[in-house]
Amino acid sequence: MNDMTPTREQREAALEGMGCKRKRVEDIRFTQGKGNYVDDVKLPGMLFGDFVRSPYAHAKVTKIDATEALKLPGVIAVLTAEDLKGVNLAWMPTLAGDVQMVLADGKVLYQNQEVAFVVAEDRYIADDAIQLVEVEYEELPVLVDPFKSMDADAPVLRPDLEGKTEGAHGPRKHHNHIFTWEVGDKDETARAFKDADVTIKEMISYHRTHPSPLETCQCIASMDKITGELTVWGTFQAPHVIRTVASLLSTIPEHKIHVIAPDIGGGFGNKVGAYPGYICAIVASIVTGVPIKWVEDRMENLSTTSFARDYHMTAEIAAKNDGTVTGLKVHVLADHGGFDACADPSKWPAGFFNIVTGSYDFPTAHLEVDGVYTNKAPGGVAYRCSFRVTEAAYCIERGMDILAQKLGMDPADLRIKNFVKPEQFPYQSALGWEYDSGDYHTAMHKAMDTIGYRELRAEQKAKQEAFRRGETREIMGIGVSFFTEIVGAGPSKNCDILGVAMFDSAEIRVHPTGSVISRMGTKSQGQGHETTWAQIIATEIGIPAADIMVEEGNTDTAPYGLGTYGSRSTPVAGAAIALASRKIRNKAQMIAAHMLEVSEYDLEWDVDGFQVKGNPQARKSMKEIAWAAYHAPPPGMEPGLEAVSYYDPPNMTFPFGAYFCVMDIDVDTGVAKTRRFYALDDCGTRINPMIIEGQVHGGLTEAFAIAMGQEIRYDEIGNVLGASFMDFFIPTAVETPHWETDHTVTPSPHHPIGAKGVGESPNVGGVPAFSNAVNDAFQFLGSTHIQMPHDAWRLWQAAKDLGAHG
Amino acid sequence: MSDIEQIPVTMTVNGKKVQRFVEARTLLIHFLREELNLTGPHIGCETSHCGACTVEMNGMSVKSCTLFAVQANAAELTTIEGMANADGTLSALQEGFRQMHGLQCGFCTPGMITRAHRLLQENPNPTEDEIRMGISGNLCRCTGYQNIVKAIQYAAAKLNGTEFQEAAE
Repeated sequence: MNDMTPTREQREAALEGMGCKRKRVEDIRFTQGKGNYVDDVKLPGMLFGDFVRSPYAHAKVTKIDATEALKLPGVIAVLTAEDLKGVNLAWMPTLAGDVQMVLADGKVLYQNQEVAFVVAEDRYIADDAIQLVEVEYEELPVLVDPFKSMDADAPVLRPDLEGKTEGAHGPRKHHNHIFTWEVGDKDETARAFKDADVTIKEMISYHRTHPSPLETCQCIASMDKITGELTVWGTFQAPHVIRTVASLLSTIPEHKIHVIAPDIGGGFGNKVGAYPGYICAIVASIVTGVPIKWVEDRMENLSTTSFARDYHMTAEIAAKNDGTVTGLKVHVLADHGGFDACADPSKWPAGFFNIVTGSYDFPTAHLEVDGVYTNKAPGGVAYRCSFRVTEAAYCIERGMDILAQKLGMDPADLRIKNFVKPEQFPYQSALGWEYDSGDYHTAMHKAMDTIGYRELRAEQKAKQEAFRRGETREIMGIGVSFFTEIVGAGPSKNCDILGVAMFDSAEIRVHPTGSVISRMGTKSQGQGHETTWAQIIATEIGIPAADIMVEEGNTDTAPYGLGTYGSRSTPVAGAAIALASRKIRNKAQMIAAHMLEVSEYDLEWDVDGFQVKGNPQARKSMKEIAWAAYHAPPPGMEPGLEAVSYYDPPNMTFPFGAYFCVMDIDVDTGVAKTRRFYALDDCGTRINPMIIEGQVHGGLTEAFAIAMGQEIRYDEIGNVLGASFMDFFIPTAVETPHWETDHTVTPSPHHPIGAKGVGESPNVGGVPAFSNAVNDAFQFLGSTHIQMPHDAWRLWQAAKDLGAHG
Repeated sequence: MSDIEQIPVTMTVNGKKVQRFVEARTLLIHFLREELNLTGPHIGCETSHCGACTVEMNGMSVKSCTLFAVQANAAELTTIEGMANADGTLSALQEGFRQMHGLQCGFCTPGMITRAHRLLQENPNPTEDEIRMGISGNLCRCTGYQNIVKAIQYAAAKLNGTEFQEAAE
């Protein structure tokens, strides 16, 4: 060994493997404007499609006349439901087991619903033509309030379901009822409430909002009539699923459909589902034989392609006088809009809402969710959260605060008292989950110490007294949130989408010169997979991340996977990547043994190659082994060095965290200022701390937006309010608080590298932290619960209602 | 084809003179993206709120989704495609965004960097508050802005020849 030989540490650092803050490879193209997003793709002869949309929320469509539109030069076609019936596509199945109109078939069920699809030579002409399509409507009574959906005299929204008493998820009890989902032990829970010292009950609403990525939903469909092949470029978080759905709906064989998801400008759940725009573009391309591009504008995005939340949760908690919780009862009224297009695993009509027992050891619980129709847009996507998990976390975290208030206990102390204890893991929850791992006490104490929790409470008490004395008009709130997420859908025993099990996949090929191409079934929308997946491979097979190219999104080249949403990429595909890497390493070991003329059992792995045990001078690097794999493999061994892995996870993963928000609110203006926000996350093994921190910042900013003002609202006749960035709150750099991040590490015991997923934790934990801060501030004025969103107008109103304005 | 009148426009884009005929209603963003194939500037909202379409026109940051191409007649324009150093290496801002993890999906990034470029031209040594106000016309859905602020501070330090000091968490 001479001075030039790199040390073990140097060799490790050269890999840029797991745990390092590797700079992103994506950024080279993105910072130069050289990303390749759907709308950047141009094909020869491409036409543009755009929708005629309904101005009414509920109406019969009595006539569609496209005569004048078709006279406009440059207009190629105007498709209506009647045209789509010819190919059996006027309606499409939803992920939730319902059906949805692609184009209005006799009626419309929400404002801006798709009525006709105009195809023209450019987007300006398509827009002109939309104005020339004459549609006659006959208005019907509008149902906006989900609490009135099941009134006896409520208007019938879905005549297509008339007489259908059985839905996709069991019996329907009213013409506007979709499903009832019941979990837990009703009788045992009733007993717990009968025996309780203290109970609380509160209707906690989580308002309707929208993921609103900066790039809207868009696609290009291109049918080659000669070869019978269809290529679809699109903003797809799950490209393989889109290909399967496209094949089932179009009857084009799946191998003749090429789905390509290029760079995606944010997803946050918005780009999981299949939307009428995709279907219409595909049909129009099949009809015309030329490529058709469809690009949503922002208003269309906010008002039609998916929404999130709209859960109205009545939570009841039973407890002993000392604060020990003894039972949880939750009823949810879920507003699904005009069609149930909720993007959940197929057997889960309310997603994983049964994580609602949270981080607490409830001996018994009972949950019932009723899904109903209203005259609003369909959707129900998981906006930066696993399926309905942020609703569940908000419900229990508000509930625990309300219980603390009733008991006169500190909300942090109440939580600690009821935490699932480290020795209880794996923990069986009362609503059916097995939490894989956790150490809630350590995380909570670290967070409380760091933020100076007790001192903040003392300051708050002094401020409340000053307020009462009339010395200040500002009130102070401390928001406590301790969440447990459930991500990584999921095990095939309980998770599928339209029958396809929710596994994920990785394929890794080591080239003769020791560089690598790898492909996964996931699809980054900003998460940085091209960077982090290479880090996992680098650590596992000892090839520098810089020599590893990661590709996703092309269904022709990537192995089948279920895509990226619900923080599932790291728990599922991340595991597949580690296991595929280990297959390569195992083969490499046999090759190295042959090269060194020893038994493979005499070898040990050392950072970037194999060495003979007790004789580290005798070693072969992965680069040398890769060459040998193609040049002179051991006799009887297949040449080459590549592997594929399909990973069916044995369980979900359960990331958790402790978040604290300190807020000051001016009661005379309702303006709330976030003084501090501290987020401690435990996502198990950390692959790239820089990217984790970035994910947490982004998720917290979305949580801030949702809690403090972002909302999709409707007036009483179903006009959607807030469907532009003028009205829909997206925080700028000025409003956005400063974020403090921290972590503990409790690896997942069943994941090959112990990672749990993190992208959505900050949204799940952040919303209750903000809302609890607001509610905590108002508590001493006699308030129990103030509904979100907490914009200045509503906070001013709350202060007024509580008599704070004198 | 439509028989709408075509109007001649001439402008300098990223140092190159271009001449085209456009409809009066053609938006500048569509002209840049469709006609000149400069797909760096993006369309996020069509209402001037998000800033994904930000380009520089005659030394000002403008939202090209709410300007007509004809309004840029005779103008000097710079887009993200014209932001790299003359030798093709990343500019201080582009490098800062990468070093400080100031981007995720990359969709707002071209507009954000173009805007930050103008901000640093006008105020070479901005405070954090001035940076936050200076980029408040550009929305980002991924980063929460904190690392964008750091990226701009990194670039300012580099351009000023001072050492970048990352603020303590």
